[in-house]
This record gives sequence, C-alpha cells and structure tokens, in this order.
Amino acid sequence: MSPQLNELWVYLAASPLLGLTITLLAYQLALWLYRHSNMHPLANPVLIAVSILVLLLTLTATSYQTYFDGAQFVHFLLGPATVALAIPLYTQFRRVKAMLLPIIGGLLAGSLTAAFSAIAVARLFEASLPTQLSLAPKSVTTPIAMGIAERIGGIPSLTAVLVIATGILGAVGGRYVFNALRIHDPAIRGFAIGIASHGIGTARAFQVNEQSGAFAALAMGLNGALTALLLPLLLGLG
Amino acid sequence: MISSLSILLFFQLAGEVIVRGLQLPVPGPVIGMLLLFLALLLREGPNEALRETSQNLLQHLSLLFIPAGTGIMLHFHRVADEWVALLLSLLLSTLATLIVTAVVMKLLQKPATGASS
Repeated sequence: MSPQLNELWVYLAASPLLGLTITLLAYQLALWLYRHSNMHPLANPVLIAVSILVLLLTLTATSYQTYFDGAQFVHFLLGPATVALAIPLYTQFRRVKAMLLPIIGGLLAGSLTAAFSAIAVARLFEASLPTQLSLAPKSVTTPIAMGIAERIGGIPSLTAVLVIATGILGAVGGRYVFNALRIHDPAIRGFAIGIASHGIGTARAFQVNEQSGAFAALAMGLNGALTALLLPLLLGLG
Repeated sequence: MISSLSILLFFQLAGEVIVRGLQLPVPGPVIGMLLLFLALLLREGPNEALRETSQNLLQHLSLLFIPAGTGIMLHFHRVADEWVALLLSLLLSTLATLIVTAVVMKLLQKPATGASS
C-alpha cells in the first residue's frame, strides 16, 4: 500500500464508521440476493451477510473487536426490538383466546423439548459444558437467547450463531415434518415453527400463510419469555 | 417515530432496572416486553406511530442479528472441534421440537373443539 492509502486505512480501521457501514452494505447485498432467489430459505440474509463480513474481516486482518466497535450500534437495537415484540403479541392475543389450551400445552412441551433435547444430544456426543449451555436457548429469538446464554454460563456470541442455524433448519424442514405428520392447520404449523425456529421461522411462515405467521410471531414471543424465565431456574441458577 | 422509539427504550430501561433491582434471571428487554404488553392491554392497543415503528424495526430484525452472527469468527476453533455434536444437536433438537409442539397442540385441540366444551 502507498503511504497515503495506508494512512487512510489506519484512520478507517480505528473509526466505528467502517464497521457500521459494512454491516449495512452486507445486509443490503444479502437482502437483494435473498429476494432474487425467490426467498429461498437457504439464501437466508443473515447467513449471507455474516459470510461476507467474516470473509472481509479475515482478508483485511481486522479483529472482531474492532469491527464490533462500529457494529454495536446495530446490535444495540436488539433491545428495543425485543420490547417491540409486545405489539404482535398484543395484536394476536385476542385472536388466540379460543386456542388457549393447545397454545399453553404446545408452548410448555415445545419449549422444554427445544432446550433439553439440545443439551441431551450435545452431552451424548461429549460436547463441552459451555457448548451445551450455549445450545440450550437455540430456539429462542437472538436478543433473548444471548441474554439467557450469558445468565446460564454459555457463550452469547456462539449462541447467536447457533440460533441463526436453528432458524434456518426449521424454516427449511418445517413443511416436510408437518406434511409427514398430516398436520394441516395453519395455526398449529405456524405456532410449532415459531417455537422451534423463532424469527427466521416466523418470517418464513408469514410468506406461506398469514394465520401461520401470526401464530409463529406469538409462539416466538411466548417461547422467548418462558425460556428466559424457566431455563435459569431449571438449571439451578435461579 | 422518536416518541415511539422513546416508549420502546423507556420500557427496556424499566425492564433493566427491575431485573437488576430484583436480581431476576431474565434479560431486561424481556421484562420490558412483558410490561409493554400489559400496558397495551390496559390501554387497549398501541397507537399508529408505535405500531409503525415496531413494524419497521421487526421487519429488519435480520439486520440486527448480523453483528452477533459475525462473532462466529471468535469460535472457529470450538466449531471445528465440536462440529459433530453441534450439528446433530441442532438437527435432532429442532426436529423433536417441531414434532412435539405440533402433536401436543393437535391432541389438546380435539377435545376443545369437540363435544366437551
């Protein structure tokens, strides 16, 4: 690099501007690709944007810490976004009163299955304890999952990655599972995918059927709240 | 938009204060969400501005995951060492969760829609 370019790079690398800008650019590019693939679940925008950023940071030998100094402004919005989940929760609350019993049953069974089956399989294959604990909140939407991981002794940034992977798996596989089980009620299909695959599953459900999407959003909110309340207690950390 | 953002941040702040004050094992924003939900029940729903702001925020929820997801850079070693356990855990657990949730709901739905109620 010429001295001038080098000087520019030193400035940019030290400023939060670069991390913030490349996050937004990578997202827009990923979103464009996702839309041009007819929203294929494997073209998940988070997956693509993260791959671009990891490649870029590795090639320029930029540390994650330096990148995050800028990206934290985007990351911060996860807090208000979690609070904002109260609005779809409220909107659906009236519609779902008729299905209260299946919803409570499905929520409890699904939430516990999601957390403890993940720990059990990881333990069976001798994953380390921090890995097991990072897996436990994998079905919960990212902002809540990272908070839970922090509380129970997992690794929040690893949990974020596992949450995203879980979302993609459920969004891709959900329809085949429900068809095999002969479950066609859009409310049940939506709710189950919201429990297992949080926001990514919810986004997917909205594309298939509006009722499915509404129930997925409800399931995501309820599962987030329930797992956050129960998991630390059940793991003996309350 | 500023006023609705203030509402969201205010409930998040209230959630954080309660969590720290009572030493609850729950993230602050989750309590903020529950508080806002209760407030909406009392006030019979959000106003148009709040509805719109939260819709915009939730529409780009994917963007907000990206900085944290990029953190996989820090865990290449762990993922490389434990990828079998991680992959099987994610696959089997996601499958089990979908099946258990859907089947339990279907079983509970039948009596509710039948003659018993």
